[in-house]
Amino acid sequence: MARADRISAKLTAGLKPLVMNVVDESHQHAGHGGWREGGETHYRITIVADAFAGKSRLERHRLVNALLRDEFDTGLHALAIEAAAPGEAVRGL
Amino acid sequence: MTDARAIIDNAVKTNDVVLFMKGTPQFPMCGFSGQVVQILDYLGIAYQGVNVLDDADVRQGIKDYSNWPTIPQLYVKGEFIGGCDIVREMFQSGELQTFLTEKGIAVRQAAG
Repeated sequence: MARADRISAKLTAGLKPLVMNVVDESHQHAGHGGWREGGETHYRITIVADAFAGKSRLERHRLVNALLRDEFDTGLHALAIEAAAPGEAVRGL
Repeated sequence: MTDARAIIDNAVKTNDVVLFMKGTPQFPMCGFSGQVVQILDYLGIAYQGVNVLDDADVRQGIKDYSNWPTIPQLYVKGEFIGGCDIVREMFQSGELQTFLTEKGIAVRQAAG
């Protein structure tokens, strides 16, 4: 399974998002730090979930990072996160 | 306390604003680090940059220090603020400027 699919599956299971978009941006970082042959290093996530309501940005990112710990341990290098609660403005879709 | 943790702890506690980053404020080696540098420079913030590429133990250690898997990481008065996305969102909403001012950090006011 591609990393993007694993990311989607883990976030879906852990956060039951209302909206989610996972984009593999690894190719944009070819030759830069953290990039490696085969890609799957740089991702951008936009996610809207009830779980984020009332939580700080730091807490929201920690929720996402914790669900993806195995991915970070296996070569995920960079993760841009936009995490919103329902009703909040979302820029990244 | 390991050497790396001692180095990190010292940097966080002896600098009002410290950015753990790849490269230096003058020569960022990563786009995410570079974005935070641009924001801090735009606001005229005096800060200490720590280049994690200089020390593999610090590079791993800073991820453990705040249980945060990525770099850059910004600390203000000993408090972990966040990475690139959080700093950028706080800057764009004006929260970063307010937060820094409340912490007693001098922030350059944007020209009218």
